[in-house]
Amino acid sequence: MLDRRRFLAGATQLALLAGLPGFARSQDRLDSRFVFVVLRGGMDGLSAVPPYAEPQYQRLRGQLAIGADDVLKLDGTFGLHPALSNMYAMYESGELAVLHAVATPYRERSHFDGQNVLENGTDVPGSRRDGWLNRAVGYDETSRRAIALSQNIPLVLRGDSSVTSWAPSRLPEADDDTLARLADLYSNDPHLAGRLEEALAAREVAGEMGGGRNSRGNQLGPVISAAGRFLSAPDGPRIAVLETGGWDTHANQGAAQGVLATRLRFLDQGIAALKRELGDVWQETVVVVATEFGRTVAVNGTRGTDHGTAGCAFVAGGAVQGGRIIADWPGLGSRDLHDERDLQPTLDLRSAFKGVLSDHFDATREELDRHIFPGSDEVAPLEGLIRASA
Amino acid sequence: MATIQAAIAANRFGLGARPGELENIGSDHADWLLAQLEGHDPESQSGTAGSADIIREFQRLLRARNAVRRDDDNERREQAAQEFRNYSRTQYREQATRRYSIAAASERPFRERLVHFWTNHFAISADKQSVTSLVGKFEDEAIRPHVAGRFVELLLAVEQHPAMILYLDNQASIGPNSTAARAAARRGRELGLNENLAREILELHTLGVDGGYTQEDVTTFAEVITGWSVGGNIDRRDTSEAGEFVFRAIAHEPSAKTILGKRYREDGLREGEAVLQDLARHPSTAKFLATKLARHFVADEPPAQLVDNLSATYMNTDGDLGSVYLALIESDDAWREPLAKYKTPEDYLVSTFRAFNSQPDDPERMLNFLELLGQRPYTPGSPAGWPDTMAHWDGGDALIKRIEWAAAVGQQISDRARPGDLGDAILGPNFSDHARTAVSQAESPAQGLTLLLASPEFQRR
Repeated sequence: MLDRRRFLAGATQLALLAGLPGFARSQDRLDSRFVFVVLRGGMDGLSAVPPYAEPQYQRLRGQLAIGADDVLKLDGTFGLHPALSNMYAMYESGELAVLHAVATPYRERSHFDGQNVLENGTDVPGSRRDGWLNRAVGYDETSRRAIALSQNIPLVLRGDSSVTSWAPSRLPEADDDTLARLADLYSNDPHLAGRLEEALAAREVAGEMGGGRNSRGNQLGPVISAAGRFLSAPDGPRIAVLETGGWDTHANQGAAQGVLATRLRFLDQGIAALKRELGDVWQETVVVVATEFGRTVAVNGTRGTDHGTAGCAFVAGGAVQGGRIIADWPGLGSRDLHDERDLQPTLDLRSAFKGVLSDHFDATREELDRHIFPGSDEVAPLEGLIRASA
Repeated sequence: MATIQAAIAANRFGLGARPGELENIGSDHADWLLAQLEGHDPESQSGTAGSADIIREFQRLLRARNAVRRDDDNERREQAAQEFRNYSRTQYREQATRRYSIAAASERPFRERLVHFWTNHFAISADKQSVTSLVGKFEDEAIRPHVAGRFVELLLAVEQHPAMILYLDNQASIGPNSTAARAAARRGRELGLNENLAREILELHTLGVDGGYTQEDVTTFAEVITGWSVGGNIDRRDTSEAGEFVFRAIAHEPSAKTILGKRYREDGLREGEAVLQDLARHPSTAKFLATKLARHFVADEPPAQLVDNLSATYMNTDGDLGSVYLALIESDDAWREPLAKYKTPEDYLVSTFRAFNSQPDDPERMLNFLELLGQRPYTPGSPAGWPDTMAHWDGGDALIKRIEWAAAVGQQISDRARPGDLGDAILGPNFSDHARTAVSQAESPAQGLTLLLASPEFQRR
């Protein structure tokens, strides 16, 4: 495979742009918006952004592979999952960049530790009590403010800088994935198992009659709308963090249709809704969507995938230099895999975070290396993610 | 590794383990429980206004409202009405929040559970307007000081507490031949008995519904306690100590009376106290209380042998509750089925706070949750109190709401603990491998905590 290494990072574009007179880094970036969407559970990058033309892909993924006829083709190798139609439109219009074979520095396979590293901005779980985005909020003493669209403030936003949070006031509905896990957990308690089954059946009926909340599981919807309102308010926060679960697809994850497809559709609709809510502000917005790790290349015994290493991430928004897939693609041959099972990481997620903070918020390299992502001198900001302003 | 007895002590006898509690108990589970019964309960003085102060303020606001009732000024009328309504609401909310704050942090959770148990046994309900602002005070003043003493002391404190008098209308019960009734009759007004308190004392507080009393006993007992009342009134001629329990001799039915075959000579206030002392000593009372305690601590259908044993202990010790608890703790039955009881919504809520060493910092949300699950604090809706069996609390929708609460709490505290370790810390050997696996494989700490709090072993005690 001679052509498997593709490197389309924006370094060359940036070199071009940097020479142009309109590229003024000194402009006031206080109106820049940033949204970080954390997908908890480990999104399967090989389904979200299938390397459909990679011969090993169809073979290794079998019934979970997204067929070449189904994918929304990004280029001759990669496509988007068919559920990501809005994001595909953004890609077409240059508002979405796709990162692949990307991972945090974490190399074990615990959700908890993996998310901890994703959020604390170092390479060691539990090493910080604050998160990289909180440190980024506070780095330049601007009046930029941040909000967590959840009941608590996730680690990535926790720290010395003051941060608010907002969540719908009623009890949040338990998502499908949690309910499915509970059904399994109750298998030794027939009484509770029966009660749960009855209650879910009743809810289904209520939903069909229009008397209930029929978009069960899509908790991103109302939260995204709220995020849009907060961020578009003139004096509102400029940074928002959202989180959504249900990505831990160990069983029956499906392919073009199925459990994972539903999650991806919610995400896709969420990003589209955010764009709609933000209106003109979308032009000054960058949305980064990331997860703690990818999933195994091979299908497991329950038509799902297990915890893996590298996966994909998305950078969307009107301020994004998109329409590109950024990947130093390692391939899926058996010797290409990490630990002989996972997609090999070739890009540190922190590069992308650093690139966004540097170009969108004017964070300096020193701030990024020492303060926001301590000890990450070796990890260079990914350049050219952000569109140069006129 | 914690013992199963420590897990049972903390979760069944206590209010749900806090992290570290099981290690604390170690192998001294019985001592840990018994030590909690010693000394007095510091929470019995809340440091704020007592029930007498509250009743006085309630009466003042009521008078103020009534004074402007026919006022033409709408605004003044509305303002007085609003002030009157808000007072009870605010008091209620504060007292309910205090109750769960104490429970969440208590170092003596067995004793605190007993407080809740006896408050429920002697239930008053905040949905009656005259006691809405008194429910927590009743618990602090009448229940707390007496849960580990002799039952008769608890019984006397309860039946002479203004909240109980008002809840069951005894201030309105007038002996037909009393001075007050005769004076009223001369003015063409008829005053008479209200049997409410007398009936509930016999049926719900002491003998039990099948305890062997007759309607005549109820009526006679009502006569015995005529005059048991609350001082102060909206009538300004009243000079009694406002808000306190008072005996109004002018309302008391004079004459000797016979109850359950025993004759009581006319003795004013003491006459009723003598009847209560005999009721507390009655075998039916022993059986009734033993059954309720065994149901609360052991099983919805408690073993008959255990009930007999507790009942005998009660009789042999002249109703010493501490001895009954000791018999319970020393019985094998209490330690046999580790998860026999399904938590009530209150139990469930409190144990979620304790699991994280946290406090109810959003009272509104907490009260809403209990209301959604059908257990709004202090509102059992009848003097019978809340039911103490699983069948009443295990509806499917209620289960979903618990899961939603678990999810909300899980999200809130997801950073503070590793769900698998926390499960071991609070459930000990009751944490099944099945649940530990599910919790540890959750996709996020928040989901792991949700699964832990929704697991069968956490929902039971």
